Amino acid sequence: MSSQDIPEENLPAEQDHAHGAVGIADEENPFADPGLPPHEHRIQDVDERAARRSERMVALLFTVSMLATIAFIVSYLVIPNDKSIFVFPIGHLSAMNFALGLTLGVALFCIGAGAVHWARTLMSDVEVADDRHPIEASPEVRAKVHADFREGAKESALGRRKLIRNTMFGALALVPLSGVMLLGGLGPAPGSKLRHTMWTKGKRLVNMNTNEPLRPEDVAVGSLTFAMPDGLEEHDEDFQTEIAKAALMIVRLQPGNIKDKRELDWSHQGIVAFSKICTHVGCPISLYEQQTHHVLCPCHQSTFDLSDGARVIFGPAGHALPQLRIGVDSEGYLQALGDFEEPVGPAFWERG
Amino acid sequence: MKKLSARRRHPLAAVVVLLLALAATGGLYAAFAPAGKAQADETSQSLTIKEGKKLYAVGCASCHGTGGQGSSDGPSLVGVGAAAVDFQVGTGRMPAATSQGAQVPSKKTIYTQAQIDQLAAYVASLGAGPSVPTKQQYGPEGADIAAGGELFRTNCAQCHNFTGKGGALTKGKYAPSLEGVDPKHIYEAMQTGPQNMPSFPDTTMSEKNKKDIIAYLNAVDGSKTENPGGLELGGLGPVSEGLFAWIFGLGVLIAVAVWVAARTAKAKKS
Repeated sequence: MSSQDIPEENLPAEQDHAHGAVGIADEENPFADPGLPPHEHRIQDVDERAARRSERMVALLFTVSMLATIAFIVSYLVIPNDKSIFVFPIGHLSAMNFALGLTLGVALFCIGAGAVHWARTLMSDVEVADDRHPIEASPEVRAKVHADFREGAKESALGRRKLIRNTMFGALALVPLSGVMLLGGLGPAPGSKLRHTMWTKGKRLVNMNTNEPLRPEDVAVGSLTFAMPDGLEEHDEDFQTEIAKAALMIVRLQPGNIKDKRELDWSHQGIVAFSKICTHVGCPISLYEQQTHHVLCPCHQSTFDLSDGARVIFGPAGHALPQLRIGVDSEGYLQALGDFEEPVGPAFWERG
Repeated sequence: MKKLSARRRHPLAAVVVLLLALAATGGLYAAFAPAGKAQADETSQSLTIKEGKKLYAVGCASCHGTGGQGSSDGPSLVGVGAAAVDFQVGTGRMPAATSQGAQVPSKKTIYTQAQIDQLAAYVASLGAGPSVPTKQQYGPEGADIAAGGELFRTNCAQCHNFTGKGGALTKGKYAPSLEGVDPKHIYEAMQTGPQNMPSFPDTTMSEKNKKDIIAYLNAVDGSKTENPGGLELGGLGPVSEGLFAWIFGLGVLIAVAVWVAARTAKAKKS
C-alpha cells in the first residue's frame, strides 16, 4: 500500500510539530531538549479502509491458529503412529510427529504474528514521554516515619526487658543450625574409595564381550579387548560404580616395541593392561590406533602412547594412564598382580 | 557493463562472488585431481593360486615384495589371510596410490570378485590367516540385535560413532562411515584390523558377537532403516545439530525480531 492510494481528504493538512518537553537553546544551555520528532501517522490512522484491512488480517491470523489447533487434535486422533512419510527436504520421518509439530507450530506462530500485526498497525503508536520523579520522600513523611519508629521502639520495651531480648537473640542464632545439619546428607566423605578399584592380586581379567576369563593366547598383536574384574556381574547393584573405576583396555604389542621399562616389567609377553578412564576428566578412552599404538580421547583429544608407558603426547591430560600389573595364574588365565598404583581417572586431586 | 557495475554494490554481491569462487575452485579440483585409475588385466576364471600369483606380481609385488615379504612401501602379507585381501582389494583400498595421505581411502574396486578370490588364495598360501567369512557367518538371520548394539557401543562406537557414521582420529586419520558397507567387509575388518583399526579376533570377540554387531548396524544404518525423527543432519550428534540450531534457529528468531521492531508504513503527503 503506497501513499498514492490514500484519498486526499483523508490526509492530515500537515504533519504534527515536535511535541513533548521542548526547550529553547540559549547561551547557558546550548543542548536543550529538542522534544520528540513530529509524529508521523500510519496509513491505518488516516485511512479507515486500510485499518479494516489490517483488522481482517489480524483476524485471519487468529483464525488460522484456531484451524491449526483443530488440525493438531485431528492428526493426533487420526494418524497411525507407525506411519512414515517422505517430506522434502527433511527426508523420511514419522507422519504423526511431522503433523503435530507443524500444526502446533503454525497455531502458536499465528497467535504471536496476529498480536504483533495488531500492535503495529492498529494500536496507538503515539510517542509518549513519561518524566522521572525524585525518589526521596517529602520531609513531612520522613518525620512521621521517624517518630513512629521511635514510638514503636519505646512500646516494645526491648531495652528494659532484657530476658525477652536475650532469648530472642538465642532463638534466632540457633535456627540456622538446622540447615547446617542438613549438609550432612551430602556425605559421607568418599574416604579412600577414589584411590582404590576392585582389582586385587589374583583377580582374573574377564573379557567384556564373552564374559569369559582371558588367556594370553587369546590376545593377538594389534587387537583391542576390554576387560573387567572377575566376580563383577552386570546386574550387580554397584556394577556402574565399580566398572567406572576398574574398566580395562588390553592390547598386545611386540615386546621389542615397548619403550618404557616399567611398562615392560608389568606386561605379560607384550600384553599390557591400561585404565580405560582418561586422566583429564574421566571420559572412556579407547580410540586405539594399532599401527601407532596411540589412544585418543574423544572428549578433548588427549593422546597417549601405549608403547611408552601411556605417556601423554598431546592434549590436556596431566598424567599417563595408570597401568595394571598383570601375570598368569596356575591355570593359564590372565590375572591382576595388585591394584593400580595410582588413582584412576581425573587428576584434580594430588596423587598420593 | 553498466548493469554489472550498478549491481556491484548490492548487499548480496559479496555472497554471489563467494559462491561462484567456491564452485570454480571445486570444479577445477575435480577436473585435475588424480583419478586413481589402474588397469586390471584379463585373466581366466580359474580359482588357482597360480593365477593369483600372476595377478599379485602385476598389481601388488612392487610394494609388498615379490613373495609377500613386504618392503619399505608396504607391510608383509605373510599370515594376513584371505579375509584381509578380500577386504583391502574388495573395498578398493588396495592397490593404493604410491603417495597416500594419512590413510588409504576406500575407492572404486578395480578387480572382479573372481580375481580377488584368486589373489586371496595366493596370499593365504603364504601363511595361515583368517579366511573369507561365509554368508552364514555375517548374515542377519538368528542374530541378537540388542546384544549387537551393546557390543557395538563397547567395542566400536568410540571411533565409528553410535550408529556407525564414522569419526575423526589423530593427524588426519579417521574411522570411516559404515553406512552401505558390505556386511562381509565389516566382518573381515573386525577380524583382520585394517590399517590403524585394531583387530577383534574370534578369541576375544566370538563369531556370534560379530554376527550380532552386523545385525545391529543393519538395523540402525541399513538401506531400509526408518528414522522417525527425520532430518538427521549426518547423525553426528550435538556438533551438527548445534550448528544447525545456531545458524537456522537463531537466524529465524533474528528475522522475526527485525520484523517486530521494523518501522510501519507511514502515510505521507508527497
